[in-house]
Amino acid sequence: MRDQIFVAGLGIITAIGNDLTTNLQSLCEEKTGIGEMVWLSSVHRGELPVGEVKYSNAELAVATGLPTQLSRTALLSAIAAREALVDAGWGKSNLFRTGFISANTVGGMDKTENFFKLFSKDKTAGKLADVVNHECGAVTELVADYLGIQHFVSTVSTACSSSANAIFTGARMIKAGLLDFALVGGADALTRFTLNGFNTLMILDKELCKPFDENRHGLNLGEGAAYLLLTSEKGLKQLNKKPYARISGYANANDAFHQTASSPEGTGSFLAMKGAMDKARLLPADIDYINLHGTGTQNNDIAEGTAIRLLFDPAYPKMSSTKAYTGHTLGASGAVEAVYSVLAIRHGLIFPNLRWQTAMKEFPFQPVTVCLKNQRVHHVLSNSFGFGGNCSSLIFSAA
Amino acid sequence: MKIYIRSTGNISPQHSLDTESFFLNRINPSADFFKSFEPDYDSFVDSKMIRRMSRIVKMGVAASLTCLRSAGIEQPGAILTATSYGCLEDSSSFLRRMIEFEETMLSPTAFIQSTHNTVGAQIALLLKCHHYNNCIVHRAFSFENALIESRLLLEDGMAPVLVGAVDEITDDRHAILSRFGLYKKTNAYGNIAGEGAAFFLLDKERGSDPLAEWIDLQILYRPSNEDEVQEAIRNFLKQNGLSLEDVGLVLTSHTGNARRDESDDRLLNSLFRGKNHFPFKSLCGDFPTASGFAFWLASVLLKQQRQPSWMDGLKFPLKKILIHHHSGNTHHSFFLIGAV
Amino acid sequence: MDELILKLKEQVIERLNLKDLKPGDIGDDQPLFVEGIGLDSIDALELIVLLQQEYNIKLSNAEDGPRVFHSIRTMADYITANSSAIKVSS
Repeated sequence: MRDQIFVAGLGIITAIGNDLTTNLQSLCEEKTGIGEMVWLSSVHRGELPVGEVKYSNAELAVATGLPTQLSRTALLSAIAAREALVDAGWGKSNLFRTGFISANTVGGMDKTENFFKLFSKDKTAGKLADVVNHECGAVTELVADYLGIQHFVSTVSTACSSSANAIFTGARMIKAGLLDFALVGGADALTRFTLNGFNTLMILDKELCKPFDENRHGLNLGEGAAYLLLTSEKGLKQLNKKPYARISGYANANDAFHQTASSPEGTGSFLAMKGAMDKARLLPADIDYINLHGTGTQNNDIAEGTAIRLLFDPAYPKMSSTKAYTGHTLGASGAVEAVYSVLAIRHGLIFPNLRWQTAMKEFPFQPVTVCLKNQRVHHVLSNSFGFGGNCSSLIFSAA
Repeated sequence: MKIYIRSTGNISPQHSLDTESFFLNRINPSADFFKSFEPDYDSFVDSKMIRRMSRIVKMGVAASLTCLRSAGIEQPGAILTATSYGCLEDSSSFLRRMIEFEETMLSPTAFIQSTHNTVGAQIALLLKCHHYNNCIVHRAFSFENALIESRLLLEDGMAPVLVGAVDEITDDRHAILSRFGLYKKTNAYGNIAGEGAAFFLLDKERGSDPLAEWIDLQILYRPSNEDEVQEAIRNFLKQNGLSLEDVGLVLTSHTGNARRDESDDRLLNSLFRGKNHFPFKSLCGDFPTASGFAFWLASVLLKQQRQPSWMDGLKFPLKKILIHHHSGNTHHSFFLIGAV
Repeated sequence: MDELILKLKEQVIERLNLKDLKPGDIGDDQPLFVEGIGLDSIDALELIVLLQQEYNIKLSNAEDGPRVFHSIRTMADYITANSSAIKVSS
């Protein structure tokens, strides 16, 4: 079939591993990465568990060859993006018509918030170097320049669905013949800005989160970066690579209910999931695994669960939220979970929903609680639902 | 596939909401930046929703609703917003309080409103529009990349597409960028900061009274030298079966700062020699998504087929306008817009 | 109590940017959420911050919100009850 879009390479760094192999190992060993705050300096240290990447900025700088004083978002992005290219066997000869579409929600805010400490008292104070790469797009360009990609570079920012949107934008561009290769995904580093922002919404769990559990108390924030190298059949031949999977479906819909809360009926979630299945020409019964958005907040899990019930009842696929491993990585989450979805297909695995104990009273289904091996995983649905009602679903299928 | 610009809504430092006023009066910057003329927002949004909206969100909402109302469309097939700086006022406000109160007793509204896709989300909320919604935040290519995506969405059947660019000036942004030496009061304009919210309804169908046709767009990131830029412009026109002969007006990216404008002047003396040209940033100021204003200006001139009282030398009928937008030497884009 | 009720109305109007309303427009017992004034979940969070900043009272459990913020009077009652508790303990 023409216009199929393949996943040729993967790269990832999260609280559960600094590369693809370690992430996969942690997933199989059911090892969470959420815990005490180490790198981020905040009054909430010791109070709010987070999913921090275990590398310091200095270690990220050494691993990438980039300057230590760059935004942590850029450093995380660079390490994962480079891994995806290397994993795919992509080289400089493939530079022409390669695009880089990355997502993030706060750009270089980790440096900006340090700048503002001084600037807010005196407008002539603060190091300009700390704000020169504040913008979301600036962080993307730092990494594009690092990788040598300049044919097409873009940044998507739609809160928690950002990198899912970046992924299907890349797929669209390849289908339209505008790109041969698309390096797509996202990154976000933990910042005081987001930590405190989410805290004002009173949706952070002071314990380790329990997505889709009746007794859940909110989410844990995380950080990380993940990228996929997408290409067409022609591109695969150029790389001489066997693909991991295909992107067979995708859709974005808007909940249009409230700025931060999801509608109780899960309208946006329903439309996104259904739209993705329609695009993939799949029926609910074809889905083997749902990687849930599953943040662990009261609101998301009910809305997402309601939409799942409407779509799948009475036969539910296996499902889990991997945010119990990594925390909610915001701008990176769509891509992190896309990578996990692809790994599920490649290795026949279904990852568990860690720390789950009690079924939500509203629903007749429950998530998987241990890592299942030797599974038939042909079609995976991955959800990412963000503020502003921005709901995206991706479907990955065996190639 | 032809793409029509069916309608627009533009809140800018000119009288862009009222064509006749725009054609009669040109507004010059009052200080060292341009501030937009803003409508009475109460006529667009009810008080319960507007109370929470920051200025940039109000600008984006009003411009997009104006655009939709002009075309008589209630629900677009997709909503795309482009911004380079995002919702700065709210980001600054939340940051300042976070520092002042040492991460305690913080209020959620500023944080929620600081998310980059707030403008697009509020538009969807107001219209109860469940369709596709995306937000591009990529420096001087934000609007350009959003347009490229619009074309893909139209090809995928999501029509019509509401696409717009918004960026605002805030005291903080101006103070910081001034420290980077971006704005210098060297002459009547210097290099003046700008802002605006420009929205467009794009469609494969003409609708009843389209303004213009968006023919093509090309971006060029990090060209090695000016020759590469010139070559790219020539190829861009050639790909569309055109040459510079066919271009009736070039909208240039001059900022008013003599040093920064040297490369633009060189283009005027070489590739664009003898062409009618106009520096669009002299109307809207300098900001990364100023190409949205240029796109609006081109559409209006092509529709009206007359020149504003404060412009001269344009020849009519005006059939094709070329926009050259650039930010420094790293981000160049070329647009081709045609009369219908 | 009347003084507190009036002050609360002014603070709610200011904090939530309810520009169209004056204190006289808000009934002491009028429901603030859903019907009545029509506030939403974000407003509830803002009121929690208001309690903390202006009255030094921390509402740590968001689920108590609907009860405490039902009306201006229930807010005033809650403030009075929690302020006296502090006085007694000191």
